[in-house]
Amino acid sequence: MGWNRKILRVDLTKGICSEEPLNMQWAQEYLGSRGLATKYLVSEIDPKVDPLSPDNKMIMATGPLTGTMASTGGRYTVVTKGPLTGAIACSNSGGFFGAEMKFAGWDMIVFEGRSPKPVYLYVENDRAELRDAAHLWGRSCWETEETIKHELQDPLVRISSIGRAGENGVHYACIVNDLHRAAGRSGVGAVMGSKNLKAVALRGTRGVSGIRDFGEFMQATTAAKKVLADNAVTGQGLPKYGTQVLMNVINEIGALPTRNHRDVQFEDANKISAEAMHEKRPTDGKPHLVTNAACFGCTIACGRISEIDKGHFTVKNSPKYWGASGGLEYEAAWALGAANGVGDLEALQYANLLCNEQGMDPISFGATVGAAMELYEMGVLTKEQIGLDAPFGSAEALARLAEMTATGEGFGRELGLGSKRLCTKYGHPELSMSVKGQEFPAYDSRGIQGMGLAYATSNRGACHLRGYTVASEVLGIPVKTDPHVTEGKAELVKAFQDATAVFDSAGICVFTSFAWTLADVQPQIAAACDGDWSMDRLNEVGERIWNMERQFNNAAGFTAKDDNLPPRLTSEPARTGPAKGMVNQLDKMLPEYYQVRGWTPEGVPTAETLARLGL
Amino acid sequence: MKIAFKLFASLSDYLPAGSRDNRIELDVEEGVTVGELIRRYQVPERSAHLVLVNGIFIPPAQRLRHRLKPGDEVAVWPPIAGG
Ligand code: SF4
Repeated sequence: MGWNRKILRVDLTKGICSEEPLNMQWAQEYLGSRGLATKYLVSEIDPKVDPLSPDNKMIMATGPLTGTMASTGGRYTVVTKGPLTGAIACSNSGGFFGAEMKFAGWDMIVFEGRSPKPVYLYVENDRAELRDAAHLWGRSCWETEETIKHELQDPLVRISSIGRAGENGVHYACIVNDLHRAAGRSGVGAVMGSKNLKAVALRGTRGVSGIRDFGEFMQATTAAKKVLADNAVTGQGLPKYGTQVLMNVINEIGALPTRNHRDVQFEDANKISAEAMHEKRPTDGKPHLVTNAACFGCTIACGRISEIDKGHFTVKNSPKYWGASGGLEYEAAWALGAANGVGDLEALQYANLLCNEQGMDPISFGATVGAAMELYEMGVLTKEQIGLDAPFGSAEALARLAEMTATGEGFGRELGLGSKRLCTKYGHPELSMSVKGQEFPAYDSRGIQGMGLAYATSNRGACHLRGYTVASEVLGIPVKTDPHVTEGKAELVKAFQDATAVFDSAGICVFTSFAWTLADVQPQIAAACDGDWSMDRLNEVGERIWNMERQFNNAAGFTAKDDNLPPRLTSEPARTGPAKGMVNQLDKMLPEYYQVRGWTPEGVPTAETLARLGL
Repeated sequence: MKIAFKLFASLSDYLPAGSRDNRIELDVEEGVTVGELIRRYQVPERSAHLVLVNGIFIPPAQRLRHRLKPGDEVAVWPPIAGG
């Protein structure tokens, strides 16, 4: 079956944990994880609910392949209404927490209400209870994880928690598991904090039972693992260089957003790249990178584990940061680096460690700093207001602002609300490099046209993981398309969006899609799960999930006007590189996209589309 | 004529001495193609996956035909991806 057929409902207001059967009809229609949890959420909350109120709910969910032998089957998602955007939020994390939820016998955990005092949820197989977390409040994710393990005298317990950012309502706070894996985007950690829920600690000892046909499943997963191993990207490129290898690629093609998207190429890109992480530092003779790392059951192992330079100004008096720890991944390195014009790799790693320690999304944090630096350079924000000089390129400012935001100190409180609110407050909403209030990731859509459409239409606000057309437009996966043209991009974006919804809902990592197509995933799902899981069905499930998310956003008050890009990207041409002179031509692609989706020119799914998808 | 040759990730081992930050300036004859340049430095063909000239992708079939111009920047990667 793939599913445990059981969900845990936690009423935080009343302090009650109860068991419910999983709605198997919905499991057939929405598969699991992202899709299924979103179906529960949209069925249970008012789309207009205040994301940080007790009436919002938060769901942690696994997919049918989570915890199984399928490669990368360790993923879980957090689904809620996000405070950064007011749209549907669905953040995905690897590590080991998701698999543990499965081993404990649950498919998902639904949190509702608000606890009167800080608590954490402890689950040991069937047993679930809320425990006092007064002693954990005010502590970092790292301290919380260590304290709970110590308290329970169980080093194998798996923990997801919020740090001080989530407690303080940082609008892009994340939920960190296994020290440096995170359900990162859209502020899911702030929702958790608003519920006075500090952590979820899981211990499951039951493995995964109920695979539909075990022999077939073994065969399917083994064949799929061979595809990953034989593929040069997933077999060699990602384990050796990680996602960070993109830094020089994206800079070369002139799509590396730099200094709040003023520029599209960063003169110091090489200094903060994967190649730089491999090189020995002149200061201590050691490379930044220590090793790669894998999430549960992953045969790719793209994760980076690095050691910061102990003599660097950011950490020379803080030995707690000296050990090997997670980072830098491409998105974090870009957002903390190029987006602010900072070319100091060690400073980026320090800010990244703070994000992991206190639970903040480094993309939105870094991009918000970029916006603040632009306001500072324009004279709109002063040294007195910020508390320090913050010109582009200042590693000192980056490090200090990370500390202030992570702990809610001074101007850090304002940065914690995200670039949209910050820029609006200071009279320049156009300088927030965001869609629906969520900051862009590391690709400038003037040089990669399809990404502009993917960002504008992403259901959780600007995001690369909802439709990663970079794979096709830049890397040639599965086929190379021209990043500078708009023709064909509407279909491309739709295809990526729908397929990704299936990968996410199955409980596997989207990075498998550099080698796998849906045709590699399908036999694994079909062998694990009861029901008809043909390619046609999977494609339909992906499209259904996308439309369901869209309908939620529409009901929450979003319209076609919100499928937009900041004016900088549509009217200020790229200044250098191969895309010099170009802007993003969203206006050409968007009407076509609505048509391809079966939506009205106003961006609303037609009755016919809804009927076709059974919505 | 002068061009810049850049090899990244695992291909950096093929860069001749004197290169810095994955890049070297080379003096090459007029009319050399990007494919010839890659062969000259013994970069295995199947490893020269992503080939850009001034940031523009050159498909495999055009590499032996695409002639370089003075000042061109050639950048090559093995199969890689990220996110
Ligand atoms: S590919 Fe990377 S992010 Fe994905 S599961 Fe493997 S290690 Fe984790």
